[in-house]
Amino acid sequence: MGLETDFEIPVVTTSAEFLIQWARRSAIWPVTFGLACCAIEMMAMASSRYDVSRFGAEVFRGSPRQADLMIIAGRLSRKMAPALRRIYDQMPEPKWVISMGACASCGGVFDNYAIVQGSDQVVPVDVFIPGCPPRPEAVIYGIVQLQKKIAASRLDQSPKVRIA
Amino acid sequence: MSAAEIIAALAPLVPGATYEELVSADAAVTPTLLVPREHIVATCQALAGESLGYVAFSDVTAVDFHPNREPRFDLVYHLVSPHRRARVRLKVRLANDQPAPTLTGVFPGAGWPEREIYDLFGIVFEGHADLRRLMMPEDWEGFPLRKDYPVQLRKDAQTYMPLQVTAEEFKANMERDRYQRTAAKPKE
Repeated sequence: MGLETDFEIPVVTTSAEFLIQWARRSAIWPVTFGLACCAIEMMAMASSRYDVSRFGAEVFRGSPRQADLMIIAGRLSRKMAPALRRIYDQMPEPKWVISMGACASCGGVFDNYAIVQGSDQVVPVDVFIPGCPPRPEAVIYGIVQLQKKIAASRLDQSPKVRIA
Repeated sequence: MSAAEIIAALAPLVPGATYEELVSADAAVTPTLLVPREHIVATCQALAGESLGYVAFSDVTAVDFHPNREPRFDLVYHLVSPHRRARVRLKVRLANDQPAPTLTGVFPGAGWPEREIYDLFGIVFEGHADLRRLMMPEDWEGFPLRKDYPVQLRKDAQTYMPLQVTAEEFKANMERDRYQRTAAKPKE
C-alpha cells in the first residue's frame, strides 16, 4: 500500500486474498440450528443486549444452503448425528463449524450411549467454546477467534477453499 | 375405591384371575394391583367397562429389577376414571424374554408407549401391529434401559440415515405414485 497518496480519488491497494478473506470473515452467516440449552445463549448472543451484528455474524439463515457457519449448540444425540451431517453437507464451501459448550465438544455430563462424545466425530470443527452453557460473550469471543482463523488462512492452502 | 373394593368388583368380570394388593406410598390416591400376565387384557377391559369406568389409559411403563429380583421386569399400567376422579395402577411381572400381551385392542393409544418399552427394555408385546424402535436409531443393538446394559458405551457415531423402507416397499410406493400421476393427467 503506497499508491493512495498519488491519486486524487481515494484508492486502497491490497491483495485479492486479503480482500476475499476480509469479506468472508466480516459477514459470517450462521445457520439457524440449535440442539439444546446452548441454543438459548446463542439466541441471546444474536439479540440486542449482546448484539453479535457488531461482528457481522447476526444473519441467521433458515437454510443451510445460504450459511457459512454452523454453531453446534447443545448435546448431539446419536440419532441426530446423521441429520447434523446432512445439514453440514448442504452448506456451500467455504464453511466453518463452532462446537459450542461442553456437550457438543466432548459429551459433557452426558457420558452415555445416547450422546455423541464430541461432535468432531461427525463434522470437522474449527473452534471449540468451553462452558456449560457458554455465556454470550464467550460465543462472541469464539466467533472473533474464528474470524482470526479465517484471516490467517491462505486461500491456496485451505483444503476447503478452492479458487477457480 | 380401595384396592380391595376393585378386586371384589373385578372378581365376577374376570373369572379365574387372582389379584394381589401391592404396597405403595400413594395407596390412598392410587391403589396398586398385581395382575397375572395372561389376565391383563381382560382386566383392563373390565376396568374400562361401564361398571368401573376407568376409561382413560394414562400410561404404561416398565421397571427392571435385575439382578435383585426374579422375574426381573415390572410392567406398570396407569388407568384413570375421569368421571369418578379415581386412579388405579396395575403391575405385571415378566421374566427375561417373556412376552406380554398388547393392550392396543382395549386402548389403541397404548401402541406408542408399548413401542417405547420394546425399544428401551426389549419386552415384546404379542399382537402389536407395528413393534419397531421408537427412540433409538432403527439399526441399534441392545436395549438401553436394561440394568445390564453398558451405559457408557463407546461406539462410533453414524453419519448416515438408515433406510426406513425395504426395496419392495420403495418399488411399491413408486408404482403407486406413477399410477396416481397418470390417473391425474388431463386427457389430451
